[in-house]
Amino acid sequence: MNFKLILNIALHLLQARLKQTVVAAVGVTFGIAMFISLVSFMNGLNDLLDGLMLNRTPHVLLYNEIKPSANQPILLSESYKDNANFIRSVKPKDIGKSIYNSKSIISYLKKDPRILDVAPKISTPVFFNSGTIEISGLINGIDIRAEEKLFKFSDYIIEGNIADLSQNNSIIIGKGLADKMLLIKGDIIKITSSKGNLASLKIVGISQIGIAEIDNTMSYTSLTTAQKILGEPTNYITDIQIKLYDMTTAPAVAKEFHNKFNLDTIDYRTANSQFETGSTIRNIISYAVGVVLLIVAGFGIYNILNMMIYEKMDSIAILKATGFSGNDVKWIFVSLAIIIGLAGGLFGLLFGYIFSSIIDIIPFETASLPTVKTYPINYNPLYYIIGITFALFTTTIAGLFPALKASKIDPVEIIRGK
Amino acid sequence: MENNKVLEAVGLSKYFYDPVKFQVLKEISMSINHGEFVSIVGKSGCGKSTLLYLLSTMDTDYDGEIFIHNELVTGKTDKELALIRNEKIGFVFQFHYLLAEYNVLKNVMLPGMKLGKFTNQELEHRAMEHLKTLDMQDQALKMPNQLSGGQKQRVAIARALINDPLIIMGDEPTGNLDKKNSDLVFDIFKKLTQEKNQTLLVVTHDTDFAERTNRIITMEDGSIIS
Repeated sequence: MNFKLILNIALHLLQARLKQTVVAAVGVTFGIAMFISLVSFMNGLNDLLDGLMLNRTPHVLLYNEIKPSANQPILLSESYKDNANFIRSVKPKDIGKSIYNSKSIISYLKKDPRILDVAPKISTPVFFNSGTIEISGLINGIDIRAEEKLFKFSDYIIEGNIADLSQNNSIIIGKGLADKMLLIKGDIIKITSSKGNLASLKIVGISQIGIAEIDNTMSYTSLTTAQKILGEPTNYITDIQIKLYDMTTAPAVAKEFHNKFNLDTIDYRTANSQFETGSTIRNIISYAVGVVLLIVAGFGIYNILNMMIYEKMDSIAILKATGFSGNDVKWIFVSLAIIIGLAGGLFGLLFGYIFSSIIDIIPFETASLPTVKTYPINYNPLYYIIGITFALFTTTIAGLFPALKASKIDPVEIIRGK
Repeated sequence: MENNKVLEAVGLSKYFYDPVKFQVLKEISMSINHGEFVSIVGKSGCGKSTLLYLLSTMDTDYDGEIFIHNELVTGKTDKELALIRNEKIGFVFQFHYLLAEYNVLKNVMLPGMKLGKFTNQELEHRAMEHLKTLDMQDQALKMPNQLSGGQKQRVAIARALINDPLIIMGDEPTGNLDKKNSDLVFDIFKKLTQEKNQTLLVVTHDTDFAERTNRIITMEDGSIIS
């Protein structure tokens, strides 16, 4: 088949109905542009929200959960071994929140090639005393260097410096907490631990993560200060936070470490399943809207090609009489559709990129997200590939039906019909 | 090749089914030799155009057999038939059927471009030669809608000639033309048979035109009567 000639004929037919073809192509352009900007924006938003979660969450967390012992005394009894035993009022066993042998576990984990880094943490509930009022909250004792490396903690410090935490008896408190207790940087805060120990700590910074619940209760101090408040030795650690190179392996790694260290483990996915659901639904919405727009554009193309076929009946008849087969005629109209789809699609990508860039510079300042200044956009090339593929797909399908009709036109009927 | 039959039909029958079954052509057998100028005449509805469309391979719904250049064409695929039409048959219709999107020269070249036997430069040269012999070379770059009826028909003839066809078929080629232009078209046909030994098969109801051809086939009620 002579594709150059077929393309040439298609282009000439197209020129004859330039206005309609442009309208058809603009339909595709609009569909693709909207699809690209919508998907980029939605995914930018998803990334932002996921980041909010992922930046704070370790991929795998090792800790001791408070739970009843799995082996109750009755199970050891020979005489009741074969019976079904019902035990009521079981109380959880106090194995302590401390991770046993934490130092050797951490040094073992640091050698694991899958692991980016490990950050030990002490998490403990405390009361913040302000005059006669006691406000419950949490203290996280953190390894400053590791915490900064894994979670970019300094992004969330709105006042003060994270390095100041290395001073003895210093603390960084959440913005909500500071507002509630009318405290500013440099003030002294009194703390009562769950064991009744009292401590006075100097506020060296204020943090804001953007989630009110956390900012109202959370405070940060160094590992050693936390150990001192609790009156525990220097190997006392309640959590080991792990970041992996490949976060998708987190569930498997969590399971492996659970068996290996006999510790409770949780991966980021299980801990934050509601985020996944939100992202998935937002994705479905943006793809659905994009697909609908393109289908509408497809109908436009179908219409115009159909009209063109009725107008060009004579030309089709003479092409067939002079030696073009039905197949050739089909390809003429399919290539017409592809030309419209390709031109419209490419312009759609361009406009989609322009629209995304415009959204990207619109200011978006919110108190809860200190690091975000404009609306988020994800410029993933994959969306552009999906866009152009889908544009070509719908236009080809839309062109195929009229093209098949044209290929079946009987020239005799048209020539005789005059 | 032992004979010089360009076109042969054996026992052609054709039915129309709409609105009722009706036999248009009844067991027609005929042949045309190389270099003949044949006209088919008959009253309106006698089936002469139908016969032409069967012979032209455009209509494939018939009983019987058709040979072009001693090659059986009955039962060939759409694609093969298209190639045969492209290579071996030239058409001239009552209405000129030029492609409005192309200029005269391109219209003439189009079947040649489809065949792909010559390069575009050669085709352009050949097309110009044909237009020159039809005294149309000045109009080569005009669009079809700028031409008169007679001029358009001459372009259609040039287009029919571009691939050196075995046979040129005409369906009322002068039906839509005035006397002067009809004579012009006839003279062109005559010249083609005399000078180039071109085979021609023309359906017409213009008896003046028919009487001047080499051979007249008269049809009535779906049969050849002389």
